[in-house]
Amino acid sequence: MKFAVLQFPGSNCDQDCVHVLRNVMGHSARLLWHKDTSVGDSDAAIVPGGFSYGDYLRTGAIARFSPVMQAVQAFAAQGGLVLGICNGFQILCEAGLLPGALIRNRSLQFRCEQVHLQTATTDSAFTNRVPAGKLLRVPIAHGEGCYFADPETLAGMRSRGQVLWRYVDAQGAATEAANPNGSVDNIAGVCNEGRNVAGLMPHPERASEDVLGCSDGRLIFESIIHSLQQRRSAVAA
Amino acid sequence: MTEPAITPELVRKHNLTPDEFGKIKAILGRDPSYTELGIFSVMWSEHCSYKNSRPLLKTFPTKSPKILVGAGEENAGIIDIGDNLAIAFKIESHNHPSAVEPFQGAATGVGGIVRDIFTMGARPVCAINSLRFGPISMDGAAADETRTQEVANNRRLFAGVVSGIAHYGNCFGIPTIAGEVYFDRSYQGNPLVNAFCLGVLRHEQIIRGAAKGVGNPVFYVGPATGRDGLAGAAFASQDLTEESAEQQRGAVQVGDPFMEKLVCEACLELLATGAVSGIQDMGAAGLTCSTCETAARAGTGIEIELNKVPQRAPNMTSYEIMLSESQERMLIIVHKGREEEVKRIFDKWDLPWAEIGRVTDTGRMVVRHAGVVVADIPARQLADDAPVYQREAREPAYIAGVRSFTLAGVADSADPGGDLGRLLAWPTIASKNWVYRQYDHMVRDNSAICPGSDAAVIRIKADSVPGGTDEGAPTFPEKFVALSVDCNAVYVYLDPYEGGKIAVAEAARNLACTGAVPLGVTDNLNFGNPHNPEIFWQLRESVRGLAEACRAFNAPVTGGNVSLYNQNPDGPIDPTPTVAMAGLVEQREHITTQWFKDSGDAILLLGAPVDGLDPLLGLGGSAYLQRIHGVKNGMPPRCDLAREQELNLGLRSLVCGGGIKSAHDCSDGGLAVALAECCISNMVARETPSLVGARIDLSGIACSRLDALLFGETQARIIISTSANDATKILERAKILGIPVQRIGTVGGTDLEIKTASKTLSSPVSELHDKWWKSIAAEMKD
Repeated sequence: MKFAVLQFPGSNCDQDCVHVLRNVMGHSARLLWHKDTSVGDSDAAIVPGGFSYGDYLRTGAIARFSPVMQAVQAFAAQGGLVLGICNGFQILCEAGLLPGALIRNRSLQFRCEQVHLQTATTDSAFTNRVPAGKLLRVPIAHGEGCYFADPETLAGMRSRGQVLWRYVDAQGAATEAANPNGSVDNIAGVCNEGRNVAGLMPHPERASEDVLGCSDGRLIFESIIHSLQQRRSAVAA
Repeated sequence: MTEPAITPELVRKHNLTPDEFGKIKAILGRDPSYTELGIFSVMWSEHCSYKNSRPLLKTFPTKSPKILVGAGEENAGIIDIGDNLAIAFKIESHNHPSAVEPFQGAATGVGGIVRDIFTMGARPVCAINSLRFGPISMDGAAADETRTQEVANNRRLFAGVVSGIAHYGNCFGIPTIAGEVYFDRSYQGNPLVNAFCLGVLRHEQIIRGAAKGVGNPVFYVGPATGRDGLAGAAFASQDLTEESAEQQRGAVQVGDPFMEKLVCEACLELLATGAVSGIQDMGAAGLTCSTCETAARAGTGIEIELNKVPQRAPNMTSYEIMLSESQERMLIIVHKGREEEVKRIFDKWDLPWAEIGRVTDTGRMVVRHAGVVVADIPARQLADDAPVYQREAREPAYIAGVRSFTLAGVADSADPGGDLGRLLAWPTIASKNWVYRQYDHMVRDNSAICPGSDAAVIRIKADSVPGGTDEGAPTFPEKFVALSVDCNAVYVYLDPYEGGKIAVAEAARNLACTGAVPLGVTDNLNFGNPHNPEIFWQLRESVRGLAEACRAFNAPVTGGNVSLYNQNPDGPIDPTPTVAMAGLVEQREHITTQWFKDSGDAILLLGAPVDGLDPLLGLGGSAYLQRIHGVKNGMPPRCDLAREQELNLGLRSLVCGGGIKSAHDCSDGGLAVALAECCISNMVARETPSLVGARIDLSGIACSRLDALLFGETQARIIISTSANDATKILERAKILGIPVQRIGTVGGTDLEIKTASKTLSSPVSELHDKWWKSIAAEMKD
């Protein structure tokens, strides 16, 4: 499969995503400069973490206007798979591709630590390879990861199964203590109504190799690859 | 523009002595202009010239076949790590700015050291730091108003520094993967912020900060110059006073990590084109230092026109432009005819650039402002001929009291279990998770051992090298570099020579515990005012200890930083020669962490349990004496370098043989604290520690005092664990290697139980964990 990894000025997880997609997952991945106007023949787009445009004004607020994001908007509108990680999740929310917003952590401090994630539904292009009931151990690293959406939006998202991941404790309970940033309903990641665009604050690309202590994050990339393969065989048939 | 007349008063205000002023006149053959006076004052400050410390620095071992760029040659030293790869690393202080404005002071400290690394052509891949503050806890003292206020101010500085480092490093995208934090009254009002950065490059990518090639154009790249950070290097070379905060805030720079990220990427991209002849960052002393040093290194001259320098503020004088320390700026000397490549790449990154001058053959640094010459100085003499002082040294009066201190008046521990808990909760010993959870310590996907073990381990892979993922780039096997930064400054205060040795020995031991072999050292000498003979004695003696230890561990010094004048109105800081050591883990399988792994594993102690030849039994200067008895006195434990090296080599040999499941050195708080840390320090995830108990039997160890056995800080001790099946084999191998070894217990259960000849203490590991893990957060009230 061919992945496009966006590169804004200030992106700093772009190389990490390319590394995992290429060297760990064994697929093709290339960087897409923020001034580019097309995702080309890519099968999926990754909006990586970092501090795009310095995160000035508001996280992701400037990046959403970049030429490459217009291309991603068009790609998503045609059903293309898009995953936003950390700052990428913030950008996708700012761009209106995902519901809700990400605000300052409740602690008012940056947080970098491992968390446990519960996959709320395996019915998505981003979660289909996660075994039922398996908790994922994946790190977070953000200052503005507190997910917020109004009650009405949340109710709609829940009924449509748009919440993909929640912060939980080691036993799988979505407790207050397990919530690292104050996110409503312990939400760590969501998808859009069309289920082809998703975003999450934790970094699966930092949890894809045993040498880094954990490889649960691979399941998210494996899910995307599996979905793309299914799409491809459906077209072939 | 009229410049002030040069008066003796103005010379004094620039921290130049009448003798120094005379030397300047001799070099110029006339009186300096105001701008020239400013230029000399920053270049001849301690921060830039090492005028008080240079004779001592010459005693460090600085050579080894692996050193590609040695100490003092360039912005950072470079060491070969095999397969045509090399690492560039350096530590630097930002103490005074952090005292005045902790957030920006610390943030720009990170920015400066990161620039030093990519200036060498290396990609910065990780950062570490060493921090010291006044106490953030009352430690059981009475809460009078003064003390409460002091503690509140120490907390403010601590919080500001940590968030400044986090802000800069996280946004730049560099993992901050290790560090140390100490709290002591001597740092009240004068915190220490020492920042370290490490980068990776191929041998042929090393670039020099030299202005070579007469006629080559000189480019300025990066953001515009403003009035911030005026003469910061000179400010760093004075005592802090009550008025510093108000008067010197303008000397603190303002950092923009986003800009630095862009400048770094653009510079690395430009260096790959081969268009660059030399490059230097504008750090301390800004445009002044970068122009005269590049010319001095190349033996050339340099001419610049200040009207071409991008300026943020209107009507800046030549003095201000030359002395500004605005951040994220670089000076680049480009091969003539290849100017377009600079413009293309910096335009791509939307970064300002300007061609401001050219390289000449005159040997002079000539600065024009609107065509008028405002400075004309021989570059080499400005950069290299700063006066050098042999300061007077005298043993401080307090040392006699240290030598005569005995344990006669110190009651043995009546409540060892309680004392263990108090030590684990003491902020200097307690978990630093409140600090490192604010640092992104995983970005770049290489953090094999994160903060919280003896040393950090970082992987080096293709994208760690500039251009390493380009098509056709040479491939290489993954490598692992271990890093530790250490200094027990209380030991150094009590015995600078022995304390200096211990700082290096602890770093080496920490590397050994992670399975690494030392490669080299960068040091940061933080001391008080060198004009005080007692302070200079501390400096001289500790350098003697550091140098001897670096030789013993075959870890040459590749560079570093000297920060003097660290004192507040109450007196000098404890002498603090911080040692950052880098080492190589030869195979991935050798990477070892400090915590116990599985129930039933055997616990072995390598090294003699108590140094019987030390009259204080390892309690001199110990955390136990400080925290439990309120005593900061006594000769610190003795450091036998030959024995330390045997222990490290022995441990590494055991690790290479396989079967070592954990290794942890005994340092602050002694054996009991180290054992507790083995039980409680493995964090699986948020709110999810992996705790395991241990049953320890020390009843066979003869020791006249219980506190010395449990909390004494005898050197050269390491706790290892191994499966029960391997234990016998490993005991035998250790004995063959000549290392004292004994089995002291077994992993398992929910309590840490320590049996001694006189008493048995037992504490649930969950309680010990909570005290240790939550202590700093509780003091910081969040």
